[in-house]
Amino acid sequence: MNTPLRKVGVAMLVMVVLLLANATYIQVVKADDYRTDSRNTRVLYEEYARQRGQIVASTNGAVLAKVEPSNDKYKFKRTYVDGAMYAPVTGYYSINYGSAGLERAEDDILNGSDPRLFVRRLSDMVTGRDPRGGNVVLTIDPAVQKAAYDLMTQRGYTGSVVAMEPKTGRILAMVSTPSYDPNLLAAHTTKEQLTAWTASRDDPKNPMLNRAISETYPPGSTFKLVTASAALEAGMGPDTTVTNAPNVKLPGTQTTLENYGGAPCPGTTFKDALAHSCNVPFATFAGQLGKDKLTKAAQNFGIGQSDLTVPMRVAQSGLGPLDSQGALYQSGIGQRDVKLTPLQDCLLSATVANGGMAMKPQLVQSVLAPDLSTIENYSPAQLTGTAALSSANAAILRDMMVASEGFTGGGGKDGALQIASKTGTAEHGTDSKNTAPHAWYTGFAPSNDPQIAVSVIVESGGNRGLAATGGSVAAEIGRAAIKAKLGGG
Amino acid sequence: MGQPVAAPVSAQYTTNPPRELPTRRGTELLLLAFAVFIVTIALVLVEANQEQELTSSILWLGLSYLGVLTVAHLAVRRWAPYADPVILPCVALLNGIGLVMIHRIDLALAERAVQAGKDYSPDVTKQVLFTVVSLVLFVVVLIVVNDHRTLTRYGYIAGLIGIFALALPALLPSSVSEVNGAKVWIKLPFFSIQPGEFAKILLMIFFASFLVSKRDLFMVAGKKIVGVELPRARDLGPILISAAVCLGILVFEKDLGTSLLFFSIILVMLYVATERVIWVALGLSFFVVGCVIAYNLFDHVQNRVANWLDPMDPVVYGRRGGSFQIAQGLFGLGTGGMGGTGLGAGRPDIVPEANTDFITAAIGEELGFIGLAAVLMLYLILAMRGMRGALAVRDTFGKLLGGGLAFAMVMQIFVVVGGVTKLIPETGITAPFLSKGGSSLLANYILVALLLRISDAARKPAARPKPSVPQAPLAEAHTVMVQRPETPLVAPPPPTPALGQPPLGQPPLGQPPLDPSQGGTA
Repeated sequence: MNTPLRKVGVAMLVMVVLLLANATYIQVVKADDYRTDSRNTRVLYEEYARQRGQIVASTNGAVLAKVEPSNDKYKFKRTYVDGAMYAPVTGYYSINYGSAGLERAEDDILNGSDPRLFVRRLSDMVTGRDPRGGNVVLTIDPAVQKAAYDLMTQRGYTGSVVAMEPKTGRILAMVSTPSYDPNLLAAHTTKEQLTAWTASRDDPKNPMLNRAISETYPPGSTFKLVTASAALEAGMGPDTTVTNAPNVKLPGTQTTLENYGGAPCPGTTFKDALAHSCNVPFATFAGQLGKDKLTKAAQNFGIGQSDLTVPMRVAQSGLGPLDSQGALYQSGIGQRDVKLTPLQDCLLSATVANGGMAMKPQLVQSVLAPDLSTIENYSPAQLTGTAALSSANAAILRDMMVASEGFTGGGGKDGALQIASKTGTAEHGTDSKNTAPHAWYTGFAPSNDPQIAVSVIVESGGNRGLAATGGSVAAEIGRAAIKAKLGGG
Repeated sequence: MGQPVAAPVSAQYTTNPPRELPTRRGTELLLLAFAVFIVTIALVLVEANQEQELTSSILWLGLSYLGVLTVAHLAVRRWAPYADPVILPCVALLNGIGLVMIHRIDLALAERAVQAGKDYSPDVTKQVLFTVVSLVLFVVVLIVVNDHRTLTRYGYIAGLIGIFALALPALLPSSVSEVNGAKVWIKLPFFSIQPGEFAKILLMIFFASFLVSKRDLFMVAGKKIVGVELPRARDLGPILISAAVCLGILVFEKDLGTSLLFFSIILVMLYVATERVIWVALGLSFFVVGCVIAYNLFDHVQNRVANWLDPMDPVVYGRRGGSFQIAQGLFGLGTGGMGGTGLGAGRPDIVPEANTDFITAAIGEELGFIGLAAVLMLYLILAMRGMRGALAVRDTFGKLLGGGLAFAMVMQIFVVVGGVTKLIPETGITAPFLSKGGSSLLANYILVALLLRISDAARKPAARPKPSVPQAPLAEAHTVMVQRPETPLVAPPPPTPALGQPPLGQPPLGQPPLDPSQGGTA
């Protein structure tokens, strides 16, 4: 009976070979499919156990996000310095709730899985060192961020401040208030995370919304920069005579559009109209320019771009349908369906400051390997490639903005700062006359060599209610940010 | 007296000095030490990767494992000196890897328990205890079964007990016999028994002895249809009964794995005994028909098949009794990839039952394909050495039993690993020596003891030459034989010629006493 025994032996061999072949299929051929399956929590655990890279501010090397060793299975705990202040920038990194902000946008670098870190990962494997994540250096200037955030929170404002370098597009500050503490979301116990998460979620002021880039608002009079640019490009000059009528009837309707407070415009030139923010001239400009020219001008400022990332995705700003003369009139003063993100609003000033060319806003200065060697430096890039207005016209508009600043009230005025600015008081809501308006302020300084452009929005008038204007509420915050950058003037 | 055939052999033994066959026990001890070395290194890796304190206690653990194994080795040296030297080290390595893995999963589960604020008592202490008990049992079996042929005497009683043990959980109420849906346990106050593990061996003993005694019956050809000789209808009885019993396990104990394992073992033993493939074909067709019926009748069978066909399907994955376990096992295997995450550096505890049915998935995750393949090769070597013993042993019972035991080992690992790696539907049986569980460990050590016994019988010299006491008279015998040529086969005269005839019953000189039971032909 040795023959059948031998055959059974062969059968045993075949069975083991079958197992080996199948295991090869599972562990080698299909391995990547299984490893990257979203239901495979191992990858997640492995990622959390890896030493995540730091998020650093460029100007003074201040660490905004780092890891601290923890004595649990995740090995490291993500911690944020001044978490609430920088939350719109850093975002959060939570085991149960995923990530947001830069933590998400630069995740590949921070967790070390970026292809550019591949060689280092290999050497880590050979040397047996635990793999680490790379670091992200931001363009953020902590002084500006702090000045803007502190003032916003002191005043108890809901809103956002964005500051950037006009010449490079480097974002110097990105504030959104009220904010939240990402440290709580990065806690390692599910309960702590849950408490922080529900508290933020249920807060009617929505602290986890990054207002600077994820929310759009009617820009109000700050949009007149766009209308003015289009008008200048269409051949008007600062001294072109404009109407000083207190109101104008919207074509095809019985509705009238009036200046702020229903007063006649104090001047009759284009320059005066901007300086005093008269609505009627700009509404009629928009009507005269027409949909195409206005849209074109707006596009060159970056309005309407849907794929902008800084590297977080920026919500799309837009003009709305502009389907009637009336709509054009209202849109010309930044009302109706015109909606901009605070970042886009900041780009308006920055573009004027940069001689008419919009620079692509960016938050990441450079990406560093775990050993702090540079992997990539980001260089300035143009946003649209087409100037929104010629440098001559930009200089004209700049001077008009300087004049505007001169007429603007509010705290923090400092002549030494040489600010060029434009305020806005944007109506919103279904009952716009009885809803406190959004207060806007956008500007840059110093006017002859712009170092910083800033945009401030304080939602629903801040603490001034219906009487709020861009100048009385938002201006002081913008000026504080500028002052922080320019060093007290 | 029926012994003249042996005369030339005896002549050879008398003229040549007896050749001493190497027992290879030294090799065994060396391999055992090597196995312990690997296991100790594995433990060190686990402790290092889990950031446990590396203390000298690991060394002591390794040494005590070596100590326990040395006792087993000494027992083999004493009671089965010619046994195969590779089998025991393979077992020691597998058992050791199993202990390390169980300990490693203990660490992970303990950490979870701490986080959840619960208590956790490690499984590995129990398993270590079972290992020691198993080795004791192993030695006992080696001593008690000093000749495997004696087992034939207990064939029927073994079969009876085996069937009873197998059927017992099905008869008991679910509260004492059901764990995770499989009704194969007997839960006692302090520990649980899986009687099926022991029934496996008992039934193999029964089948081997039954087939040896009734072998001719199965060889009788029945009608010839289309060139194939079918067995007679009445001879189908036993195979029908066994098929029915196995399907009964499938249905009443909800244990596909055991069912598949038993039936394949029976078929293979029948095939080996009769050398007729038709038995395998017939048995398989019975089984397939039975499975199809079971599939249509029972939800749990349908579930298992659905889990097998597409474990990644979200519906199958998410539902109760769905493919969560097998999918997580596959994720683990995939994450491990070719080289594995490293011992103690993976997350095998995510897979439910990672220390029992899915321990091979844990090994595949942390040691990678390479580690899993190595473990599979260990099983193959173990079974092939057993098969070698079966081939070389001289009696039919030994061949059948040895072949069956060896095949059972590979079949079981095929069902386990095949289920985990989605080659066949997942069935839920333990991996021999690796998985947590006392019954499995005890039973498999008994199995190995029997394999060693058979391989010892195979390699043992046919008989020991008699001590050289008659050697001196033999020299004088020639002269005596010349003097008395009429009685050539009668014993030589005693040293003192005065005493005359040798005592009656003394075997003729130069012929070793032959054990009549060794007359069986291969």
